[in-house]
Amino acid sequence: MDQSKFKVVGKNTEKMESISRPSLTYWKDAWRRMKGNRVAFFSLILIILYIILALVGPYMNEFDYTSTNVDKMNYFVTSPQFKDMTLIESLKEMLSTGHWFGTDEIGRDLWTRVWMGARVSLSIGFIATIINTIVGSIVGGISGYYGGRVDAIIMRVVDVLYGIPYMIVAILIMVVLGAGVTSLIIALVLVGWIGSARFVRGEVLKIKEQEFVEAAKVLGIKDKTIIAKHIIPNIMGLIITNLTMAVPRAIFAEAFLSYIGLGIAPPGCSWGVLAKAGVKLMRIHPYQLFIPAFFISTTMLALNLIGDGMRDALDPKLRNE
Amino acid sequence: MKKYIIKRVFISLITILVLVSVVFALVRLMPGDPFASEKLTPEIRANLEQYYGFDKPLIVQYFTYLKNLVTGDLGYSMFYPNLRVNDIIASAFPYSFDLGMRALAMAISFGLVLGIVAALNRGKVLDFTCVLIAIIGTSMPDFIIGAILQFFFGIKWGLLPVAQYKGISYTILPSIALGFYTLALVSRVMRANMIETIQQDYIKTAKSKGISKLRVVLKHQIRNAIMPVITILGPIVAALLTGTFVIESIFAIPGMGRHYVQSIQNLDYTIILGMTVFYGSFLVVANMIVDLLYGIIDPRIRVSGE
Amino acid sequence: MNDKKLIEIDNLEFSFNTYGGEVQAVRGVSFEVNQGEIVGIVGESGCGKSVTAQCLMKLNPEPPGFFKKGSIKYKGEEIISKTERQMRKIRGLEIGFVFQDPMTSLNPTMKIGKQIEEIFIERKMYSRGKMKEKALEILKTVGISDSETRYNQYPHELSGGMKQRVMIAIALVAEPSVVIADEPTTSLDVTIEAQILDLLRKLKEDLGKSVILITHDLGVIAKLCDRVLVMYGGKIVERGTVDEIFYETRHPYTSGLLSSIAGLDKKREDELSPILGTPPDLFSPPIGCPFAARCEHAMEICLEELPEEYEVSPEHKTMCWLENEQAPNIKLKAKSYEESDLI
Repeated sequence: MDQSKFKVVGKNTEKMESISRPSLTYWKDAWRRMKGNRVAFFSLILIILYIILALVGPYMNEFDYTSTNVDKMNYFVTSPQFKDMTLIESLKEMLSTGHWFGTDEIGRDLWTRVWMGARVSLSIGFIATIINTIVGSIVGGISGYYGGRVDAIIMRVVDVLYGIPYMIVAILIMVVLGAGVTSLIIALVLVGWIGSARFVRGEVLKIKEQEFVEAAKVLGIKDKTIIAKHIIPNIMGLIITNLTMAVPRAIFAEAFLSYIGLGIAPPGCSWGVLAKAGVKLMRIHPYQLFIPAFFISTTMLALNLIGDGMRDALDPKLRNE
Repeated sequence: MKKYIIKRVFISLITILVLVSVVFALVRLMPGDPFASEKLTPEIRANLEQYYGFDKPLIVQYFTYLKNLVTGDLGYSMFYPNLRVNDIIASAFPYSFDLGMRALAMAISFGLVLGIVAALNRGKVLDFTCVLIAIIGTSMPDFIIGAILQFFFGIKWGLLPVAQYKGISYTILPSIALGFYTLALVSRVMRANMIETIQQDYIKTAKSKGISKLRVVLKHQIRNAIMPVITILGPIVAALLTGTFVIESIFAIPGMGRHYVQSIQNLDYTIILGMTVFYGSFLVVANMIVDLLYGIIDPRIRVSGE
Repeated sequence: MNDKKLIEIDNLEFSFNTYGGEVQAVRGVSFEVNQGEIVGIVGESGCGKSVTAQCLMKLNPEPPGFFKKGSIKYKGEEIISKTERQMRKIRGLEIGFVFQDPMTSLNPTMKIGKQIEEIFIERKMYSRGKMKEKALEILKTVGISDSETRYNQYPHELSGGMKQRVMIAIALVAEPSVVIADEPTTSLDVTIEAQILDLLRKLKEDLGKSVILITHDLGVIAKLCDRVLVMYGGKIVERGTVDEIFYETRHPYTSGLLSSIAGLDKKREDELSPILGTPPDLFSPPIGCPFAARCEHAMEICLEELPEEYEVSPEHKTMCWLENEQAPNIKLKAKSYEESDLI
């Protein structure tokens, strides 16, 4: 062998500490995983699509959501007038009239009503959830971070309130306040903040236990800074995930309450109201139920999948998968 | 262990008290006149008000109610003045309870199996199917599931009855509709737990002993995975309970849920109050039992008596 | 020392498939274990020692792990090709494994006694009474005096040291020929460590068993082992008897390890001398000697080609280009150790 190869060259200070895997920050890694999760990604697109349609949908055809049309009641591809045509032909005919989802029993256009209803259901879902997450986070955060007596008192109260079945209280609040969007939001927030508070408190406690918080305290960093720079960034992801999964519950609550007659009342329009009307006519005109049911279900499904994806993306234990 | 029990019972009692008070306040705040449906002369009206205690100050009404509550007296319906609230509850409750139990049993047994099967076949078609079912179940409101089941199995294919509760075949569709959400939830949690147990160190220890895969799954994985499922039993019972409101309405089952919804529409105060208190207390007690159950089953709590 | 070869590993290569590619955990490892000897495997975290040990009983999860090359023979029989069913005859009965972290290695919902008896239950080897007898006996052997009480307790009721002893009991109760102990004393304090090491020594001396001891603690190696294998970057870089490794080391990594120990005789002003740098990333292992980047005696050929194994004595072999006749004559700075230093 070549004698020159046996010349001593010593340590290689560059290669000594080489790591060939690209280093990723927590957020970059989470985003990478989120992008790779095709299901969650498509769900996100779906929700955005629904939001866009909620805003512009009612203007897309020439009908509005309250005007009735005695000539065209319960109009759909399954209506008797299409008995002799094929499905494609009747579909073409229906679409040409502008009633893309048909009409209800007094002739109102369903496409417009679905998207007007979307406005109500989606905004209630998001607004109620965001408010009660904020309230719950503040309460839970304070309770979890400061601990001691403050925590003990707050937790006792929360424990007791948590034991009260929320749907029942929501029902009663709705009876007292009367139907309507504001009442519904108030009712949902009043019963919903407790879940957020408990969750946030639990997460703050977990973070607090970790040694980097103790290390920050020992270094003399003020509480305010610790909260802002250490605690919040670490639980922010979890809070947003929890929020995403809580919106379907609010949408469900609205649908449920409207269904039993307490949420949104006619002439108001929400997906729950549409579902209720649909159930009544299910035997003869099932499409009036299935269309709003489809949108309620796919919205809840999409939000759950996004939340699932977010949770997986943010879980530090899965970082190397 | 005793400390744990006493603590739980105490909190539950306080919760019930708060619940009753909150409901009482809310019911009294309800708009509308309970006597509006009847044509009354002023005297009869005054008599009725006295009978129901509306003439007395609110505080007195409150304590009278509490007193009656302790003796189990929930008063008389306002819409059907001859009927005692207790009787109405007693006649309706068995239907709801039967429905609820069937739904619960079905949901837990199938849910556990689904979750275990999915976890053991992770990444394969079976897993995907189970997860899909779970996701659909947690995303669709139960009344929609109920309506769909009615439409296909009842109306279109004529396989099962869709109304009332007169025999076993009548219970099938409502139980599925009611329990589907629970089934989905249980299977999701069980699957996640099973997957987590696989990564635990003690599974490797078990493997190193040379025991069969079946035993590892049964005694090491399932045993540890099932415990956290009990913690969600509380919310599950709550979901089942509120689910009965709508399911009973759709399937025309003469249970408590249906009466409850009707009494709200009739503004029948005493029934609303009575049923709410009953429901609420039932839930609180159920949650308490679940908590106690968890304490018994988890040896860590049982032995050290946290 | 018996020359009966219990375990023969020849050029074993084992890797894991991960999102970033293939991690080559074990890159060509060969060694033997004879009856009645204690073999130590020493190395930093990530050098492949645990993976190698778990390969012996096929305990690594496959997928994502897979056997790339090589053979493992136990009592003459090839292990790698065995099915799970066949492996079950070996696990627990022929080879026992003591895992590293006693806190998480026991099933929290099963009683201690049951976890020990589990080895026998499915195999229907003993009656219930006999199984309990064996379990109580092995608990006493590992130094748990109130065996009857402990038998009925759950893991969380035991201290860390006791849990580790239970792990050893589980590994021993079926009287296997080989016991593999993966860092058995790492999470324990010194006094308990001494007792556990005594126990392992008794296994060899009184019962004639073989022990494979995995650790990063050189002190433990010195106290217990007959032979030592030094692993780095998925390969065995030096092997020999314990005396040869400690007093006549011929590999820069080993001498680095020995020098980095904080000895009791060092003065306070003396600096510690760690080996600068970190172990190589096994995603793309270096082509040449894995230690070259951190070696002060590295030569050009070290960076380009993997060294062969040079024989210093029948038992003592080192994988280092410095042993080549063309290399400069460098005396490795291995401090001469008195026995008292490490005990």
